[in-house]
Amino acid sequence: MKIRVLIVDDEEQFVEALAERLSIRDYEVTTSFSGQDAVEKVKGYNFDVVILDVVMPGMDGIAALREIKNIKPLTEVIMLTGHATVETAIDGMKLGAYDYLLKPCETEDLVTKINKAQSRKAEQEERIREAKVKEIISSPRSVLKDS
Amino acid sequence: MSAQWDIISQQGYQFFGKMSASISHEIKNTLAIISENVGLLQDFLAMAEKGKPLDQKRLRSLSEKVMDQVRRADHIVRDLNRFAHSADEAVTSVDVTDMVRFLSSLCRRLASMRGITLDPKPSSKPLTIETNPFLLENLVWLCLDFAMDATGEENKLSIICEKAQRGARIRFTGLKGLRAASATIFPDNPVKVLLQALEAELHVDNEAEEITLTLPGNRAP
Repeated sequence: MKIRVLIVDDEEQFVEALAERLSIRDYEVTTSFSGQDAVEKVKGYNFDVVILDVVMPGMDGIAALREIKNIKPLTEVIMLTGHATVETAIDGMKLGAYDYLLKPCETEDLVTKINKAQSRKAEQEERIREAKVKEIISSPRSVLKDS
Repeated sequence: MSAQWDIISQQGYQFFGKMSASISHEIKNTLAIISENVGLLQDFLAMAEKGKPLDQKRLRSLSEKVMDQVRRADHIVRDLNRFAHSADEAVTSVDVTDMVRFLSSLCRRLASMRGITLDPKPSSKPLTIETNPFLLENLVWLCLDFAMDATGEENKLSIICEKAQRGARIRFTGLKGLRAASATIFPDNPVKVLLQALEAELHVDNEAEEITLTLPGNRAP
């Protein structure tokens, strides 16, 4: 299954070029040009990884990160930043972002981080599934709890 | 007097730092776009080596996008260079309309981050005054910075340049949120010190929803 990526940045030409490059590398790519739009897209779809610019007009990257982690805690976020905002990107990691990259970045570095982030998400999802299975086995009636 | 110049110096450093940071961020964004588009070109070439034919239209479009960004970066660097040179002389002739247009271009990204569109409106007649260009840019920036918080829901800030009785006038209009914003915080001390240094006057008009900066034609040396 293709890795589902959402790219969020207010620089449209940057987003479009990066989206095409990732599509060529067989990712399923969606684009967004604002933090608010990105949050709406995350509500409606299970992305594996969100690539999120830190500095954007309106809802900035940190605010968008908080919302995304609130809505879909397992979705991994990679912050994109210029030099002066590295501290902000690190703050993002304290809020749950997987990692950060400086702009402009080497595509192969980004691809490596996307793949690692998706692996972490897949591991988390597997652990949750195993925990649910254990719960059902130990207490079969627990299946009825949610019905 | 020394305390006044300490404030002016401090303001000057902050102003220069803020503009430089914004400009460097914009250049970074431009470089990122160039990098991704050139990377895409490389991807197409790699695919061509494996037998996929090159789409000439696509290549032309990509090269045009790269050139657009090069032109954009060149414009940004020219603005930075002009900004840096505004500190060259203590007193010189300044075309107020041109200065406001230049400062609007310099601050465009900062305004855009706050959801504001700057709309400089030039004077129909030449508006040249003798003043300190860097201090004037600093003062106009501080007025812009405050005015951007006072646009209310309009999100558009008009900057009108016109002749005054003995110099020039810059009006920041369309400030629907001025009454709520001004309270007691504007003009603050740095603005007052710059006004004094430039022998300028500032008037906040809550009724007309505008701020007016009046500049003398000739500043005393």
